[in-house]
Amino acid sequence: MSASMDTTGDQDVDTIIRDLQADPANLTRPIKTVKDKYELLPAFLKMRGLVRQHIDSFNYLVNEEMKKIIHAKSNEKVQCDSDPNFYLKFLDIHVGKPSTNEEFSTLDLTPQQCRLRDMTYAAPITVDVEYTRGKEIVTRRSKDGVGGILIGRMPIMLRSSHCVLAGKDEAQLARLGECPLDPGGYFVVKGTEKVILIQEQITKNRIIIDIGFKGEPQASVTSSTTERKTQTNVVVKQGKIYLRFNTFSEDIPIMIVLKAMGAESDQEVMELIGTNGNYINLFAPSIQECCNMSVFTQHQALEYMGSKVKATRQTWIKVKKSKSDEVRDILTNSVLAHVTTRNYDFRAKIYYVSVMIRRLLQAVEDPTQLDDKDYYGNKRLELSGGLLSLLFEDLFKRLCADLKKQADLAFSKANRATQFDIVKCIRQDTITTGLEHAISSGNWTVKRFRMDRKGMTQVLSRLSFIASLGMMTRIISQFEKTRKVSGPRALQPSQWGMLCPSDTPEGEACGLVKNLSLMTHVTTDDDEAPLARLAFALGVEPLHMIMSSELHNGGSDIVFLNGHIIGVHFNAHKFAQTIRLMRRAGRIGCYVSVHVEHGRCHLSSDGGRLCRPLLIADKGHLRINDVHIQQLKDGHRTFEDFLCEGLIEYLDVNEENNCMIALHEKDANETVTHIEIEPFTLLGVVAGLIPYPHHNQSPRNTYQCAMGKQAMGNIAYNQLNRMDTLLYLLVYPQRPLCQTKTIELVGYHKLGAGQNATVAVISFSGYDIEDAIVMNKSSLDRGFGRCIVIRKYSTAFKKYPNRTADRCVSAAARRSVPVRGNKTLLENDGIAGVGEIIRPGDIYVNKESPLNTRDPIQNPNMLPDSCYKPSPQVYKGPPGEEAVVDKVLLTSSDDQHFVVKTLVRHTRRPELGDKFSSRHGQKGVVGTIVRQEDYPFNDQGICPDLIMNPHGFPSRMTVGKMIELLAGKRTARRAAAPAAFPEAPVEDAQKTCSGGLSLWGACGAVWVWDCIRGNESGGMW
Amino acid sequence: MGSETKLPPHLEEQRTRIFCGKDAPTHARSNNFSGAYRSLGEDHSFDNASFKENFRIDIKRMDSEVMEFDMIGVDASIANAFRRILIADVPTMAIEKVFIANNSSIMQDEVLAHRLGLIPLRVDAKKFDYRTEDEAATEQNTIVFRLKMKCSRLADGRLENDAVLSEHLEWLPAGSELPEDSDSKFTHYNRDQSEFYGEPIACADDKIVINKMRPGQEIELEAHAVKGEGKTHAKWSPVATAFYRLLPEVTLKQEITGEEAHALKKKCPKDVFDIEDIGGTTKATVVNARACTICRECIREPGAENFVDLKRVKDHFIFTIESAGQYHPRELFIDAIGKLRLKCQKMIQLTH
Repeated sequence: MSASMDTTGDQDVDTIIRDLQADPANLTRPIKTVKDKYELLPAFLKMRGLVRQHIDSFNYLVNEEMKKIIHAKSNEKVQCDSDPNFYLKFLDIHVGKPSTNEEFSTLDLTPQQCRLRDMTYAAPITVDVEYTRGKEIVTRRSKDGVGGILIGRMPIMLRSSHCVLAGKDEAQLARLGECPLDPGGYFVVKGTEKVILIQEQITKNRIIIDIGFKGEPQASVTSSTTERKTQTNVVVKQGKIYLRFNTFSEDIPIMIVLKAMGAESDQEVMELIGTNGNYINLFAPSIQECCNMSVFTQHQALEYMGSKVKATRQTWIKVKKSKSDEVRDILTNSVLAHVTTRNYDFRAKIYYVSVMIRRLLQAVEDPTQLDDKDYYGNKRLELSGGLLSLLFEDLFKRLCADLKKQADLAFSKANRATQFDIVKCIRQDTITTGLEHAISSGNWTVKRFRMDRKGMTQVLSRLSFIASLGMMTRIISQFEKTRKVSGPRALQPSQWGMLCPSDTPEGEACGLVKNLSLMTHVTTDDDEAPLARLAFALGVEPLHMIMSSELHNGGSDIVFLNGHIIGVHFNAHKFAQTIRLMRRAGRIGCYVSVHVEHGRCHLSSDGGRLCRPLLIADKGHLRINDVHIQQLKDGHRTFEDFLCEGLIEYLDVNEENNCMIALHEKDANETVTHIEIEPFTLLGVVAGLIPYPHHNQSPRNTYQCAMGKQAMGNIAYNQLNRMDTLLYLLVYPQRPLCQTKTIELVGYHKLGAGQNATVAVISFSGYDIEDAIVMNKSSLDRGFGRCIVIRKYSTAFKKYPNRTADRCVSAAARRSVPVRGNKTLLENDGIAGVGEIIRPGDIYVNKESPLNTRDPIQNPNMLPDSCYKPSPQVYKGPPGEEAVVDKVLLTSSDDQHFVVKTLVRHTRRPELGDKFSSRHGQKGVVGTIVRQEDYPFNDQGICPDLIMNPHGFPSRMTVGKMIELLAGKRTARRAAAPAAFPEAPVEDAQKTCSGGLSLWGACGAVWVWDCIRGNESGGMW
Repeated sequence: MGSETKLPPHLEEQRTRIFCGKDAPTHARSNNFSGAYRSLGEDHSFDNASFKENFRIDIKRMDSEVMEFDMIGVDASIANAFRRILIADVPTMAIEKVFIANNSSIMQDEVLAHRLGLIPLRVDAKKFDYRTEDEAATEQNTIVFRLKMKCSRLADGRLENDAVLSEHLEWLPAGSELPEDSDSKFTHYNRDQSEFYGEPIACADDKIVINKMRPGQEIELEAHAVKGEGKTHAKWSPVATAFYRLLPEVTLKQEITGEEAHALKKKCPKDVFDIEDIGGTTKATVVNARACTICRECIREPGAENFVDLKRVKDHFIFTIESAGQYHPRELFIDAIGKLRLKCQKMIQLTH
């Protein structure tokens, strides 16, 4: 009600009363559209940037997670077996500024330096420690944020909080040689830009009910703690329920497991599962079986299970435990590992297992209760921060284990000459090379989780700006590509607004590689302790306060916090509403989600959930109004203000199920709780380039998403200062005449890829069949489609074991051995001059290597010329092609090797067979090139740049392309600002095109002239 | 053409007009065979006398850049020949070789050279010879320009020479001034070029932006222009474009009055129709058929074709020549006629 008062506040009170008397239904009438709510988008992107998810997760790692890792119980202290007094305790950890040590001095690094010099953009990780040295306790603490002891280097994500680019404005970025439009979110390792792709996984610590291999339902939980990762399954076999777990050689009847955990009474178990409905009948066989096996007590149950434990090869365990103790430990640490158990009190686990059984029985009765594995609420995304933290913890543990080994060794020696100082034993390269190698190779090996994944990172594609952007939003799924299942590949309704429906590759990875939508955010872990406190304060009754019969008693709902059962609540909907209110008021994190389904209330604050912002509406009435938007435009408001004031909120996939979201205000009725900010944000960055995508046949948009990444143009502001192996640039890139909002939002219009062409859609000459294109030679003469290809040739000057090294000599130096290749380009330093025309066979670096690289030599720097053999770098391009030496860079790489990088540039004009494409998945190769006088022209004398065959349209159904032609023509004729999807509707384009070119003239059927005979023929322009 | 015709009116109309229907033009082709209608007693073989009588050129508009004229009484093939010759066959001078001594600007050498090539030069190419690959550059076949500029920041903060314009190209009448290459000179001039070419040579437009520079960047180069034709490269084409359209013929099949007349007038975006008010009855008339673009807006509605008739006259060409700047459009057309005559003579020689 308050919202409707707000929005009508400026109206005359009398009018309102009159309106109401006339028709009481006016009360519920949706308010008028808030104009320009689109303005929220740039505000959102300004706050968030395009790759916030990567940067946030990395920031969380370096600022919080690393501290948690060193403070974790198992990592905190290094002790040794030989001296009980010895210890090394980690107090704190810091990540510094990106820097490198070079010739005994520390040098600050910028990302551009690293790219050019093939170095790693990394910052030192330092720790504060407390340890014993002899009889004294030494503390090494940090000064000014720099920790006491260096333990390694952490590759730094660009634009993260520890990157030098953080918070810099455009001018400052330019000074650092960085492109302001570059989103960051990747690493520079050994000079190459590497992206850690987002990994999609099934959610951890949640009960998933699905169909097992044998076609019987099963409840499975993948438990994940910092220590271990286990999978627990509760399965149905011939009507009886069993626990299936890796450590046990066979399935254990669930009653035995429950008894082993201490639930000896059958009645208690039955009460936990639920006495109402059909549960007793369904569960009775399981109880019966347990009875038949005469397992009645906890002890008997443990004994039974002990006999089923798989023989382990861990013979080195010194103290042999009894079988039942072993089972008890397995039950504590491995089975449902995420449910913590203290002092063998399995109460929480009993509750958890009984909830699993109950859900399983529900599913047996009613197959609709099965969970959908492909439902996106059951998925979590793993980002670079999370993946690096796994790796870092593993390496840190290895470092500690190494220290322990060294300490053991040192203390086991009877008499030591020097006092043992553990700090001096720290090997920095364990962590440094471990991280560096993982990122550069993409192989993630984490021993404690038995994780060995390949292809986790990719080289950031710099073919075009949009290709690199698209890479940052890419999600890869862990599913095997070979499996022929359609489920994981299909577009799931729950992906609406979260994942781009168009952007996926064709072929084997189809549907497994996805992309984030424009406004999607991926959450990072949030502390759950305060949330739990809040939940209890809001009336959640903790488990130890209720009787077993009360767990499923009518009216009470179980409350889960990140998959853990924390208690029950008697009015879950009210509880959820209160949590939402607190979130909207900014009292709890904005990414906390709460949803109620099937008598279970889930509260989530874990990382990896997908969420997106939506406008809050009360009974269909938007909370924001034009005043808010005006304030936003005037700069008095930011996106955060909208969040804090409860006008906008983030919803994750699960919570969306508890909401009613309208696409437009006009669709909003009484039941609507949220309204989309802008419908086009459901597309991703790459699909956002397509004008009028909603008019196209859907596969065309998908084709375009693959093709948009190959577009040529400008790749970044710093493109001419980069040293990429291959760089494609357009000589005259243009901004599209028909532009989308997404293009503006990502800054693509400032770079531009492609050119606006005058296109005639007619058949011409027969060289245009099968999507071929007829090109106008005169357009090519005038620079249409002209491009520059720049290729890098690196020459490393090696240093050899006998301290000799490669060298570079001028062309004038006379050699007894003839040098193959043409030396004319060489300057006095023996390197080709910049600006010289280079042909195949030309030498660009006149390198010489020593003949003897093994045996020790007296004076390696003063070798006579006769001791060198020529090993010139000869340019091998296509024969007959003339390229130009564009740039030469002399530098030294990370390991002090002298490197010469030569860029060779080749300017090309389009030829037969070159591929051209529009923005609608309509590609074609040049079939023939025709001179202007042979080309058709229209009444205005306009001659097209290229001709496309009309047969490309009927089967492809790319109506969006036709509308784009229209909108582009309108812009060109009016010399107006670019037309934009979704703003310029067809009608507008038609109207503004008139003036000699009205409806028909604007899009179709301009008279075209047969140019060879001079006769007239029809066609579309 | 001929005043009296033996053809029935509908055939005569089909022969001389294109019917601009709602969805497609009909009768667009002309019958090239002079005896197509001989059975009807009509002979359309070429007759010099009647051609002379009927052929007409009316210049409608002319300035130093654009000329629009009506060419009446010729076949489409003749009009088209002029168009093709204008685009591809009239020779001009354009920069072909660029010797770059220094280029520290952001623009790549090839791109800079390409841009220089596209600059139209105001030179009468008739006074120069073609230069073949193995010929030396002489004053008769090569014009040399120099471009030497350095951008710097002035004391008051403004930039000097930040925009490289076509006016900065400096004609070297004495030939190349670059130091000799190892064994050959870049040009072999026997006399100063200004001796036989009266007026100074410059670009057609002074303000064409070639490049932009920042302080410290400089360009030093020599550009050699040679004679060529548009069919080799568009830079030698003397016209921005040359094209024609047929004269539209708009007639009202019935009298359109009152509201409908006003509606018709409003429909036309080019104001082809007007309202005539005679004795209180408003009537639509065609006042400016020439402006019609055949957008067919007036016959778009169903049934509208019964009121308005759109046709084009097959032998009335509205010809437009847009000069690129090398020549006055009038000269261009005269050159084109000369070129066509040469081609015809060559053809005659070949046939005999």
